[in-house]
Amino acid sequence: MRKFMLLRLVVILVLAAASLQAQVTYDRILAGVDKEPHNWLSYSGTPKNQRFSPLTQITTANVKNLQQAWIWQARSLEKFQATPIVVDGVMYTVEAPNNVVALDAATGRPFWQFNYTPAPEARACCGRVNRGVAILGNTLYLGTLDAHLIALDAKTGQQIWKSQVAVAKAGYSITHNPTVVKDKVIVGTGGGDGPIRGYIAAFDAKTGAEVWRFYTIPGPGEPGNDTWAGDSWKVGGVGVWNAGAYDPETNLVFFGTGNPAPDWDGSTRRGDNLYSDSVVALDADTGKLKWHYQFTPHDELDYDSTQVPVLADIQWQGKPRKVMLWANRNGVMYVLDRTTGEFLKGKPYVKTNWLDGFDAKGRPNRVKFPSKEGTAIYPHVHGGTNWAPPAFSPRTGLFYVATWENSGTFAVEGQFPRAIPGPNTRQTTMGATNLVPFYNDPDTGEAYGVVRAYDPQTLDQKWEFKLGDITWGGTLVTAGDVVFSGGRDGYFLALDARTGALLWKANVGGQINHAAMSYAVNGKQYIAINAGSSLFTYALP
Amino acid sequence: MRHFLTGFALASALLAPCVASSAWAQHETAQDLLDGERAYRDRGCANCHGPNGDLIPGINFSAGQFRRPMTDAELSRIIRQGIPNIPMPATNVTEAQAGQIVAYLRSLAAGKAAVAITGDAARGKLVYDSKGNCASCHSVGGIGGRRGPDLSNVGQARRAPDLERALLDPKADVQPNHRYYRVVLQDGTTVTGWLLGHDTFNVRLIDGKEQLRSFAKSDLKSHGFVDTPMPSYKNTLTPQEIADIVSYLSSLRTAPAPTGGRGGQAK
Repeated sequence: MRKFMLLRLVVILVLAAASLQAQVTYDRILAGVDKEPHNWLSYSGTPKNQRFSPLTQITTANVKNLQQAWIWQARSLEKFQATPIVVDGVMYTVEAPNNVVALDAATGRPFWQFNYTPAPEARACCGRVNRGVAILGNTLYLGTLDAHLIALDAKTGQQIWKSQVAVAKAGYSITHNPTVVKDKVIVGTGGGDGPIRGYIAAFDAKTGAEVWRFYTIPGPGEPGNDTWAGDSWKVGGVGVWNAGAYDPETNLVFFGTGNPAPDWDGSTRRGDNLYSDSVVALDADTGKLKWHYQFTPHDELDYDSTQVPVLADIQWQGKPRKVMLWANRNGVMYVLDRTTGEFLKGKPYVKTNWLDGFDAKGRPNRVKFPSKEGTAIYPHVHGGTNWAPPAFSPRTGLFYVATWENSGTFAVEGQFPRAIPGPNTRQTTMGATNLVPFYNDPDTGEAYGVVRAYDPQTLDQKWEFKLGDITWGGTLVTAGDVVFSGGRDGYFLALDARTGALLWKANVGGQINHAAMSYAVNGKQYIAINAGSSLFTYALP
Repeated sequence: MRHFLTGFALASALLAPCVASSAWAQHETAQDLLDGERAYRDRGCANCHGPNGDLIPGINFSAGQFRRPMTDAELSRIIRQGIPNIPMPATNVTEAQAGQIVAYLRSLAAGKAAVAITGDAARGKLVYDSKGNCASCHSVGGIGGRRGPDLSNVGQARRAPDLERALLDPKADVQPNHRYYRVVLQDGTTVTGWLLGHDTFNVRLIDGKEQLRSFAKSDLKSHGFVDTPMPSYKNTLTPQEIADIVSYLSSLRTAPAPTGGRGGQAK
């Protein structure tokens, strides 16, 4: 084992030297951490979005010795949600809302910063945040809050081009990292809680010209338009605000889509409201829809399906199968065939009561509806999980999700969902959760955050680690069999990927609002995590 | 008691436009208020501020509490243009709709504040200090106990009906950050106090002797929430005394904090 680790270290060092400051070709992005474990070339390490680092320097045995390496403090007080990318010793991240910074990944000292002030009409519903940049060649790509795509020189931070993706004044925004596929940069439009018609668009990486556009709401004459009553399709929302995935074998790019609008009043938009709360599989060259699966038809509870799609090759009923794993905001975990979109399995992974099963094609049988008197519906409007990325380890075969448990909503027709009436439950309503102390305890039946591992073959829970507060943090898993996660109470945690045992913790003093990532410079493995307004890195002494 | 409150509510509602010095509130119709309420709900305001406008600390529309005193025009502008660098977004509501929302917000505060004038504040202070023994746990202006919430600004933070309920049935609706907690140490020692913080690994509270205490959960035999020690005054104070004390509490409002120099620049 020790020999294997040493060999791995040598490989890392050789790779680091060979690729020093080299262009980030598309082939490099596609292989990602699988071939260059010291780099982190896209949002989740590879376009499969497993957020698995093959680095092995940090293990279950030595993680207890982790020490802080450096801190970079953002000046912005917005939530720090960006996952950095690391290219040959240089880290690129985004200070909210849209300032890009290039840091020495070994010291945290800046090379350059690109400052961008979104136009005043930019009005993202839920925070002026950004989740990171993409890279291709020597160019970085940034989606902006005012719905533009900007190309930057990765060496200098100079702007190369800027393209309008959508009209900010009409309610559109971009908060997520672009997805690079071949020579295209693909982004979706946020703003779907308001009266927009969302879309995903691909842009020429060199020129910024739009190449194709896929509307998340079908227009007249297109299949699915009849799932919207009247003209509701024109303003039905369905934003796209989280990372896409890409499967080179089928040339399909996958995105989760947001809720239909208006969020809690479905009376004006009778029907299933396709392709809201769905995963859409698009031909990466043309943007044509190949398949879709709708997780929550006719949503009235804001169950965005904008989670990060995770692609994995697993054994399914005794045979290898290419699947997509999805822990949805609606409280249900899914396994889909990512080539065909076939529904393979769905199972609640937190307290969930809005459905009692599925038909043969995977359509949920909904049994709880908002009512005049109010209906207790689980999970809460924030969901079983939200947008923070989960992780999958090909070593353990487990799927790691940071979730909210035991959190419900009181849904009244056409009204904003509220906490279940009763003592001490109001803090679970939206808004308050972000701003006031949140006390919970299993004894009181209140909501709590928890990191869990699931077996994708059965969707059975394998272990859990309970948090004392809710969590907006995601998970990272490494080949050292360590899961890194955290929550709003400001602890960064290392858990045993096989048992969930707590191996190490650091008090980072601020909310963790994103998942960690890992990289190496000069043979040293680092773990990076955002907390509060700062980016922390940890390494062994 | 209820009809008593209602009488004052009506009287006070008539006075409300003067108190609020609100252009919209002076001219709005009932339909404007309904439209304002609908817009508040449907245009996303309630998403963050909550149905009663009280979900963001420091802001409580039901009590007329904003970050600072604001004119209708300022509120209308914020609704339409948002506030840069914080999550308050711009919206595409028209000026007229923004005015209706402002009118609705003003009506909320006017209507709720009205109920407060139910008794005599001076008499209420006497009850607070003597028969009620409130100062044994609560402080006003730095005078009093620290085992319960500071009440110096409670008239701004809480509505009169909520104050009344807190006196009559204190266990019914405890504020999330006002709850009591009990820890049991390995040797059986029990410590109960006002919970100040609670996370994955630690519990922090102020105990009955007003000592700040911190405990590692791993060192505890058990821990969990307990009922508030706040007694019910249902059988110990008369309805008039309750009304008086509510009136006194409603009068407790601290001046807004200074906002810095001209133009917000520190010099």
